[in-house]
Amino acid sequence: MTGARPPGEPRRVAYLYLLPAFAVYAAFLLYPIGRAVQISLYDWDGLTLGRWAGLDNYVAIVADEGLRAAFGHALVLIVFYALIPLAIGLMLAAVLNHAKVRGLGFFRTVVFLPQVVAMVVVAVAWRRVYAPDGTLNTLLGALGLDSLTRGWLGDYTFALPAVGVVGTWFETGLVTVLLLAGMSRIPAELYEAARLDGAGAVREFFAVTLPSVRGEIAVALTLTVIAALRTFDLVYVTTRGGPGTSTSVPSYEVYHRAFGLSQVGSAAAIGITLTVIIFAVSFGINRFADRRIT
Amino acid sequence: MISRGERVANYVILSVFAAFALFPIVTILSAALGPADSGGTAGLGNFAAAWEIGRFGTYLRSSLAVSAFVVVVSVLLSIMSGYAFGTMRFRGQSVLFYLFMLGIMMPSEAVAVPLYFDLRALGLIDTFWSIALPQVALSVAFGTFWMRAYFRAANRAIVEAARIDGASTWRILWQVLVPPARPAVVTLTVLVFMWTWNEFLIPLIMVTSESLRTAPLGLAFFQGQYTSGFTLLAAGSVIVATPVVIFYLFLQRHFVRGLLQGAVRE
Repeated sequence: MTGARPPGEPRRVAYLYLLPAFAVYAAFLLYPIGRAVQISLYDWDGLTLGRWAGLDNYVAIVADEGLRAAFGHALVLIVFYALIPLAIGLMLAAVLNHAKVRGLGFFRTVVFLPQVVAMVVVAVAWRRVYAPDGTLNTLLGALGLDSLTRGWLGDYTFALPAVGVVGTWFETGLVTVLLLAGMSRIPAELYEAARLDGAGAVREFFAVTLPSVRGEIAVALTLTVIAALRTFDLVYVTTRGGPGTSTSVPSYEVYHRAFGLSQVGSAAAIGITLTVIIFAVSFGINRFADRRIT
Repeated sequence: MISRGERVANYVILSVFAAFALFPIVTILSAALGPADSGGTAGLGNFAAAWEIGRFGTYLRSSLAVSAFVVVVSVLLSIMSGYAFGTMRFRGQSVLFYLFMLGIMMPSEAVAVPLYFDLRALGLIDTFWSIALPQVALSVAFGTFWMRAYFRAANRAIVEAARIDGASTWRILWQVLVPPARPAVVTLTVLVFMWTWNEFLIPLIMVTSESLRTAPLGLAFFQGQYTSGFTLLAAGSVIVATPVVIFYLFLQRHFVRGLLQGAVRE
């Protein structure tokens, strides 16, 4: 969009067309985000007069062990939401792109389905899967692996990975469909050239396929990393951050601190930090993808 | 070219991943159609029981009202603002556009907290508006970006011809540009519908009365209160998920296109 002259003649009437959208947007997004910055500089319980706190609430994000842990959990979720789906998606899409299999349309419909189901419903379903008498334990029992059964979401070690696997389940379809679309646009000549050079399937993947879908990888990572950072509904319904604080995540801490602990200033600071991280991540990933193209 | 063994392997891989994707969904569906928690009625009767006991009728009505409002208002506003950004030139254009772009990535958790306290001060908390208007704002940011991209690519010659004929900007928009934009508008509509229907955090924070609870919120509360089995919970989940899934099955192309392309920022 840069460089090109904006189309059309200069027109004042443009402001009239913009006004309604901008008014709602400014009142319900821009103004509140400004207020969030302001509130984050106070020690405020939501009722009485706030006390100026300067950057204390931001310092606490680094200094407070619980908050640091919440952001650490978000990093773990990024592995499950973004990196594992990307690895699986690349493999799946590379295989499917070459194979002339029937039923690809049906497959796409099915693996994309988790994207449209309300996260609360997803969470209810997976709670059932992970329950002590749930599907996963039944399955393990049937395989003779009774020693592995447990209440997955109540386990200090396994609760966070269990929540992460839901993310993997949720995002893999999106990533695969995205990469498939990208790979189907790679010209066949590129593959032929690679074959003539004597490249095997693995070399071909790294020399031709991977560089050609860099744009799609950037989009996939942007979408899934942001989804991981914003995990809320899933944690709210499955674990409420527990057991202990083993699955607390930044978005849940925003909610919990503002409405459970009456630490509104701290909640706002976490929200602003999260916003900044999300902006930085999507900017960074796209910068990286752009630079590698040239 | 492809050997038989390779083809079989491909089908196995496809099937394994399709099964993984469907497994929790099948868990819910089979439970919803299974025996009742009390051991009594079974099958489709579970849905009627969930509707009654879980009050999903009320929640669906509330979700429908919020979704209809958010979809209609944000699509209309996005068409207008996208039109201005896509076809006109004015001072402050890029600054205003980047301001809108911020909204696409802005997490609702950051704005929901200050919104709650400000709306409470205005006495607007626990109203229809407190759920609907923040979601219009979130959708309008994306919608502006989406419709602008469409209008920029639209045929300039037709617009010029209409202008020479003396058509007003308003007529050019609705009679010349919008009719061929139907696919873009449909995609935007289904996305906004899905986001609004599935939204959880904003209704959770803004609403306390039961009559205003949206479907996902109602389901979360039902899950917390109803502990005598899984069948009704599963039936309720199916009720909550079904409207979007039906739209998805019929308009799949739009969902996939929107969710994949919508993310491609310039």
